[in-house]
Amino acid sequence: MTLHIPTTEAQACAVVKSLIENATPLSIMGGNTRAGLGRPTQTQSTLSSAGLTGITLYEPSEMVIGARAGTPLALIQETLADRGQMLPFEPMDHRALLGTSGEPTIGAVASGNISGPRRINAGAARDSLIGIRLVNGRGEAIKSGGRVMKNVTGLDLVKLVAGSHGTLGFLTEVIFRVLPRPERIVTLVWQGLADEAAVSLLSAALGSPFEPFAAAHLPAGIGGDHARTLLRLENFSASIDYRAAELASLLSDHGVPVMIEGADSQALWEEVRDARFFAGTQEAVWRLSLAPTNGPKATAAIARALPQARWFYDWGGGLVWLAVPDAGDAGTAAIRAAIKPLGGHATLVRASDGLRASVPVFEPLAEPLMRVTAGIKQSFDPAGIFEPGRMYAGI
Amino acid sequence: MSAIAFPIPDADILARRDAIIAGLSLLVPPEALITSADERRPYETDALTAYRRLPLAVVLPSTTQQVAAVLSYCEKHGVPVVPRGAGTSLAGGAIPQEDAVVIGVSKMNRILEIDYANRVAKVQAGVTNLAVTGEVMAEGFFYAPDPSSQLACSIGGNIAMNSGGAHCLKYGVTTNNVLGVTLVMLDGSIVEIGGAHLDAPGLDLLGLIVGSEGQLGIVTEATVRILRSAEGARPVLFGFPTSEQAGSAVAAIIGAGIIPVAMEFMDKPAIEICEAFAHAGYPMDVEALLIIEVEGSDDEMDAQLARIVAIAREHGVKTVKESKSAMETAAIWKGRKSAFGATGRIADYICMDGTIPTGQLPHVLRRMDEIVKGYGLRVANVFHAGDGNLHPLILYNCNDPVEAQKAEDAGMDILKLCVEVGGCLTGEHGVGIEKRDLMTVQFNEADLHQQMRVRAVFDGQWLLNPAKVFPLEGRVAA
Repeated sequence: MTLHIPTTEAQACAVVKSLIENATPLSIMGGNTRAGLGRPTQTQSTLSSAGLTGITLYEPSEMVIGARAGTPLALIQETLADRGQMLPFEPMDHRALLGTSGEPTIGAVASGNISGPRRINAGAARDSLIGIRLVNGRGEAIKSGGRVMKNVTGLDLVKLVAGSHGTLGFLTEVIFRVLPRPERIVTLVWQGLADEAAVSLLSAALGSPFEPFAAAHLPAGIGGDHARTLLRLENFSASIDYRAAELASLLSDHGVPVMIEGADSQALWEEVRDARFFAGTQEAVWRLSLAPTNGPKATAAIARALPQARWFYDWGGGLVWLAVPDAGDAGTAAIRAAIKPLGGHATLVRASDGLRASVPVFEPLAEPLMRVTAGIKQSFDPAGIFEPGRMYAGI
Repeated sequence: MSAIAFPIPDADILARRDAIIAGLSLLVPPEALITSADERRPYETDALTAYRRLPLAVVLPSTTQQVAAVLSYCEKHGVPVVPRGAGTSLAGGAIPQEDAVVIGVSKMNRILEIDYANRVAKVQAGVTNLAVTGEVMAEGFFYAPDPSSQLACSIGGNIAMNSGGAHCLKYGVTTNNVLGVTLVMLDGSIVEIGGAHLDAPGLDLLGLIVGSEGQLGIVTEATVRILRSAEGARPVLFGFPTSEQAGSAVAAIIGAGIIPVAMEFMDKPAIEICEAFAHAGYPMDVEALLIIEVEGSDDEMDAQLARIVAIAREHGVKTVKESKSAMETAAIWKGRKSAFGATGRIADYICMDGTIPTGQLPHVLRRMDEIVKGYGLRVANVFHAGDGNLHPLILYNCNDPVEAQKAEDAGMDILKLCVEVGGCLTGEHGVGIEKRDLMTVQFNEADLHQQMRVRAVFDGQWLLNPAKVFPLEGRVAA
């Protein structure tokens, strides 16, 4: 195993060029906290972003920040907080769930399209990522997008690279749009609702003018004995009081909510964001993406096939975190069969290497889309050296 | 004008015209195939009317399967295809060429499904932008992207060009509001990408398709997010003695943690043109006008406006005028959204669309004025101040070929300036033919080749909207 730690983009290009000759497969590493995402890969070389750090651009009045890919996410967040700003999409920290340590990097947030509860209101990482620099599989440094948030010039390779898990190239720099931090954040908590009633509450709230920024449901047994349904409001302080009262009144059929704020509210949403309810267990963990009202339908069908399954909902019901025994196919067939009639897809986020090698981690694609995916991979990485097989076998 | 080159029509295709029409006639009903010169004429250009080319034929399918059959036929016979929504592109994105078949989605104009609980609408590609909001308005919902042409432009065209609008400062542009598409690929394959859920599996092909200017396939249906409207919305007019003061007020508002739904800038020439047209009550004794819209309950809007007004006063605002009624609100937005049309009543114009880092605003406004004056022409500026997306309107007389060329040259100089200060060639209109030959100013060869190699995955023969986006020279196929 050879570890390459370039300190300039030119060095990264040179490393890639040297590996193309022998088609040497290559892993890409940021802080090494999310290496377990996707299918396990067999590589002889690792290209690390640890030597590419530092904020390259920060203009608070333009709401934009740029940084080299290996810059710790924590540094970005502290820098933004100093000026009363934040990343809009509340990126998940995978360390607890995957049992990893290390410093998550901003490059990996882009590469994995890592978002959190705020995605439902403010978009995913891919919606805030406005510019990238990338070394492709020809050893060329290319750019897409830039530092302005309105930009439709040419094909949007930024989106393609966001969520490609390193399979298209090595990010050297990323630029995100940012937002002001809200003056005040509170969470309304309803207790004791069944899944369907909870999602119906969340749908009503998200379809109201009172603009929840996050909406989750924790069934009984997930972090507590009683089911909890959560709505988070972010705004100027006076608006929070007004909107919380309006929502409580609008949703009064579901009972009276308790309002929490400060550290309690923050800790609760970090548990939701990071799926910490499943941290430290031996279960396989899935992430299901569905139309919100289909969330409870999917879990009901899955529970019939996999009685030991546990789950909770984010994104108003549209994101289901599901834990099942890490045995057999880890529920792959049953889970995908349950989702199929509903639309949506399932991703295996945590499981043993053996399982992740033997079942499709990402939802299998229709044949024409698989062909396009292979073609895009080839267009960036003709020798197939970047994270081969990370997303799909043979690609 | 003749500055922008078109490819030389393929003589072989022109010679095969009768056979091609006969082939197409087997695939779609007779009323969907337009072949006579008179009936093809409306399709010879879009909103970039200085350029026009009569297409070989026009097909107006009414089903996804018909689109697939026509695309597959064109691929097999090597015939270029120009996809068309409503034909409102300001960048020439839908302008055909003589050897191409236009596939228009205007007959696919049905709203298929509204799902309020999941906050999505499924629509056919020919549905107009405003029709989506029209359909859900009674329930208090809206579709967020609001290009000025929203009365006419189609969702399919919006997806092709990743259209924006005045309210995208808060709500994002098309790519942030589309969750799924039905895409017909060049070989006739029909694929579903995304759906009513918030992310699609695998590579973000949806993000790639949106804004691809009809070069990767034809979108026939889309699932878009619909959002609940705020309780109320109120635009306020802020008149400033100088553009610099207006610009610094915008930066200070954002710096104070306030993101209004919209912040629109107009300079004095634009104010005069729009006021004469819309009678919106714009102040006439100022050099720069900001239209700032806030949302929420009455109390919330009052509180937010109080903060904004205080900031504006610190930056020397001369006039503050709040909308007092729905009619006044409508008039204020009518003035802004009809800026292009109103300008067209007093002169011919070309509308540019570069984006700049907002900190560069005073410098760029000054330089734009110098550039346009250097050509002996006038410019009126309207733009989205919150995100730096400029729309300088360069006024000229289209019957004077020398002046027309000067206007085009001035526009190109302005776009180069946008790139030079760290911005881009196009913020929301797209590249089309208009900015195609400037792509090398923003991108180097490696950047462009990577884009073209991705394009080639979908269309290795350069048949889909081939004269657009990429310079005609130096194209790569794989």
